[in-house]
Amino acid sequence: MSGPKIGHLLDEQLLHEKVAAAASTAEFVLEAREVHKRYGGTEVLRGVTFGVHRGDVKAILGPSGSGKSTLLRCLALLEPLDAGEVRLDGRRIGVKEGSGGRVTPLPERILARERSNIGMVFQRFNLFPHLTALGNVMLGLVEVRGRNKAQAHEIASQMLERVGLEERKGFYPSELSGGQQQRVAIARALVMNPKVMLFDEPTSALDPELVGEVLAVMEELAREGMTMVVVTHEMEFARRAADRVLMMDGGVVVEEGSPDDIFLRPQNERTKRFVEALA
Amino acid sequence: MDFRVDIFIEALTNPALHQGVKETILLTIAAMIFGLALGLVVALMRDHSSRFLRGTAWIYVWFFRGVPTLVLLLIVWTGLPQVFPSLSERWFSQFFAASIALSLNEAAYASEIFRGGLLAVDEGQRVAARALGLAPRKVFSKVVLPQVLRVTIPPLSNDLITMLKLTSLAAFISLRELLANTRTVVAGNFRSMEYYLAAAVFYLVMVSILMIVQAWIERRFRWTSQRSQSQTTRDRLVKSLAPIR
Repeated sequence: MSGPKIGHLLDEQLLHEKVAAAASTAEFVLEAREVHKRYGGTEVLRGVTFGVHRGDVKAILGPSGSGKSTLLRCLALLEPLDAGEVRLDGRRIGVKEGSGGRVTPLPERILARERSNIGMVFQRFNLFPHLTALGNVMLGLVEVRGRNKAQAHEIASQMLERVGLEERKGFYPSELSGGQQQRVAIARALVMNPKVMLFDEPTSALDPELVGEVLAVMEELAREGMTMVVVTHEMEFARRAADRVLMMDGGVVVEEGSPDDIFLRPQNERTKRFVEALA
Repeated sequence: MDFRVDIFIEALTNPALHQGVKETILLTIAAMIFGLALGLVVALMRDHSSRFLRGTAWIYVWFFRGVPTLVLLLIVWTGLPQVFPSLSERWFSQFFAASIALSLNEAAYASEIFRGGLLAVDEGQRVAARALGLAPRKVFSKVVLPQVLRVTIPPLSNDLITMLKLTSLAAFISLRELLANTRTVVAGNFRSMEYYLAAAVFYLVMVSILMIVQAWIERRFRWTSQRSQSQTTRDRLVKSLAPIR
């Protein structure tokens, strides 16, 4: 299997941002403060607080039902919060802050613009079946960024090359393997030049032999300095690529630490049991 | 046996029938465009968050699917001008009335088909489109609608064929479409078999054209990179004319 090559993902702008970030240390790119979310009678998120530094990879572990996916959907502004706030580059997003501290949710049209700065990769890829690999990557450039077709074609082709799929760009999703589809999905999110990438169990729907090619792309991204939040059950990936690991259970963060802290010296009882089960 | 081939051929070349075919096609196209557009709107209303819109759409489908098309046609053509005298004016032609009646009827059926198509689109598609930053209109037009069309083309085609044949009901309000013109000729020469058979041939030709168009559109919605592969025009024609499911 030829591993995907990402090459020079760090374009000038990213490099510039990285330098700027180094100057103003300890700034969170993406931050959640006391996020609450309930569906009907159940409170899925019960006050989640965490932040990701620029260029960091944060892995989120937790049993199903612990609220990981809901958290990502809230961070991606796909679900309105019931309480708490999400900040991108220090600026509160998803709501309008009126005079007197009143907050109102933004209309969907404005939310859409804010979402385009946050990349999201889904467990089930969710590629658009009526568009080719190239068409999937071009859509956001044309319809959100307002690029013309020729420019979008050029940029999208380069992005597909970076995930190792340039010779598949004319293929439709149904003609691609799961691993290839997920790489297209990563390219589709990445091409928008997001400030942060969110991954919701990106390898859970893949056949075991296809997991590697997707993780390779993600690790390359991490090395190139992309800020990432990854919900995953891949312990090896978390140990290799994550700067921080966060354990969620019952809608709250129960423990956070370095990969070694979490995997070798877990403090929390729930984390201990979960890590043992993963190993 | 009284069947004269020469009169049958004469019927096939009769200008009055050709004129009727033209009118039938125009009526079909008008009712198709407005019927499908309105049907899509009603379908979107059926699952709208507003209770009022949902209720209105439900009543719409209940009414226009339940009332026979011919009754609807007579209500629009003779009933409405009675209540609203301004509709007695010239612009309110038979063609106009028939287009409205058939559109209203077609929209009721099409909305149920579109609704099924809308429900068939995976929720993850909308989520992914929103996550990408697409505005609501573009989520619908660029991501949802193409996928709705793909699954609705076969049932919609079936429906449009039915609608094409229903245009013959407009003969009742003296719209000079194919059936009305055929009847006029038969009233003069009493050659029922030759002329109605000729009319049947014209309907068959029009339906066949719709079927070819359907096959062509279905191919465009196949979403594979192999589309342009060596299928000859003849293959396609044979395939498109195969009996429907």
